[in-house]
Amino acid sequence: MTQTPVADDQRSATRAAATVRYPALALTERNVVFFRSGGAYWWLALVGLAEATAYLLGMGWGVGSLVGPVTLPDGTSVPYAAFVAPALLATAAMDTALAESVVSFFGKLRFARIYVPILNTPLRPMDVAVGELVWTLARVLLFAVSFVAVMLTLGLVRPSAVPLVLPACLLVGLAFGAVGMVVATALRSWQDFDLVGAVQFTLFMFSGTFVPVSTYPGWLQWVVELSPLYHGIELVRPLALGTASAATLGHAAVLVAVAGVGFVLAARRMHRTMYS
Amino acid sequence: MPHPPAVRATGLVKTYGTSTVVDGIDFEIHPGEFVGFLGPNGAGKSTTMRMIGSVTRRSGGDLAVLGLDPSTDGPAVRSRLGVCPQDDLLDIELSSLQNLTTYARYFGISRTESRSRALELLDYMSLSDRAQDRVASLSGGMRRRLTIARALVNRPDVVLLDEPTTGLDPQARHLVWERLYALRDSGTTVVLTTHFMDEAEQLCDRLLVVDKGTVVASGAPRELIDRYASSEVVEVRLTHGRPAEWAARLDGLGERTEVLPDRVLVYAQDGDAVAAALERLGLDVSSVLVRRSSLEDVFLRLTGRALVEA
Ligand SMILES: Nc1ncnc2c1ncn2[C@@H]1O[C@H](COP(=O)(O)OP(=O)(O)OP(=O)(O)O)[C@@H](O)[C@H]1O
Ligand SMILES: [Mg+2]
Repeated sequence: MTQTPVADDQRSATRAAATVRYPALALTERNVVFFRSGGAYWWLALVGLAEATAYLLGMGWGVGSLVGPVTLPDGTSVPYAAFVAPALLATAAMDTALAESVVSFFGKLRFARIYVPILNTPLRPMDVAVGELVWTLARVLLFAVSFVAVMLTLGLVRPSAVPLVLPACLLVGLAFGAVGMVVATALRSWQDFDLVGAVQFTLFMFSGTFVPVSTYPGWLQWVVELSPLYHGIELVRPLALGTASAATLGHAAVLVAVAGVGFVLAARRMHRTMYS
Repeated sequence: MPHPPAVRATGLVKTYGTSTVVDGIDFEIHPGEFVGFLGPNGAGKSTTMRMIGSVTRRSGGDLAVLGLDPSTDGPAVRSRLGVCPQDDLLDIELSSLQNLTTYARYFGISRTESRSRALELLDYMSLSDRAQDRVASLSGGMRRRLTIARALVNRPDVVLLDEPTTGLDPQARHLVWERLYALRDSGTTVVLTTHFMDEAEQLCDRLLVVDKGTVVASGAPRELIDRYASSEVVEVRLTHGRPAEWAARLDGLGERTEVLPDRVLVYAQDGDAVAAALERLGLDVSSVLVRRSSLEDVFLRLTGRALVEA
């Protein structure tokens, strides 16, 4: 006989709604409480700013001075720094999302085991998953805002593009946040993080970050399609450069799909892990 | 009956793989009642508590908590329960105060209300001076008290306390007892497990003695003593030999004997008569103690043999 864990049927969801309006946000708030009491509050924002500046100056101006302008598929030519900056932004969104959803989440799930007592409250594993994702998005937004501020200062993005670029970063964060939680529930020890780091670096190198994907050999172009980061870059870059097209929408759709599938898997795995 | 039971279990079963750890138990707990589960390690007490608390799904039988089915109405049930699990799993990244405030927020309690309840409970558990400390820096007994405080933050209708006083020093234990009396006076239903017989006897209106996943006896503490133990007990220690070797020589002195590693208990209505008879046997007795029987004797009688053999 199989042991089904505690069910979360619709009935209980609606009854819970009567007692706790936004159960998931209570968990997000718990992370905010910890974040603020750690004194790491704006220290993190500062580090983010410094990191963004270093990246943009190093890659954009440093490498850019050697490479010269890049010609986009639609024929427009942009300075290398403006070409690479949105890709670095999308990558930063990925890194931030994975840092929260894989590393911190794993620590809370397996070591601090903070979700075990939470199960005695009206919160369900699903609420924990949502709450953690919202928190991940908050971190991504915080980082993206400082990154975009540096881009604006260096003239690498037009102010009018910002209202679209930031939500795009959130979508990248959502997709990687959901996938990251699936990964975290599968990890067994801290050693497994080396593998995660390696995958992350590979994505960074081969997602059209530094050169247009059209310059890759044909077979590699196909492989790159599998990288969610590639779709993230192909979403953020045209929005930042003002060259968005129907294809851009397609990349957004891929990220939405990744986020959706990731979330369903994460919620299901968490249910199983937490009630084990 | 004016009120439906706070908890009603009928033929409740829990299996893990092929082992049955709760084997068809029936009980009812009425609103405002203070009920204790007693039983040896592994009897299934915590598992039963976890099923009531809707964090472990039952494998069979029926269970209603506050009129709801915990396996389908988990969140609604949990919103009215206060749970102190056997292990103190506190949020080690947060301070004592933050542990209580964040936990209150999980129940949808407003921020200001959460804070005032948290401060009140810290004071109630004599932890006010450690409010700002990370829980990692608290002693084991302080963590236990904080876990009990956490269980009360949502002003629950039913409180489930799994060995609440294990690891507490005598002062802290009495502090907790006082709090639990107050809780009972306020009309809260309390379900507790304990290995301390004095605690069970003093706090509980009714006890359920569990062994190997079944309820072997239930009733008020005094009732159980009257039913399962004779009125007096004579504790006999000899100077030489292990009790198992000489216990047989005491047969017939009382109604029943219980062999412990260091002594033999002789149950009788008249302990002094047994002591006198013992003297006539001429054994090299090192001590004889006549006392009234207690819940401990009931526990030994109902579940003790397994413990001694193990
Ligand atoms: N998750 C689990 N998987 C498998 N077996 C389990 C699990 N949880 C408990 N058990 C088994 O169920 C039995 C009852 O355990 P339970 O924790 O309910 O005992 P208990 O009466 O609370 O004991 P104690 O006094 O030691 O706390 C034990 O044999 C235990 O090994
Ligand atoms: Mg137990």
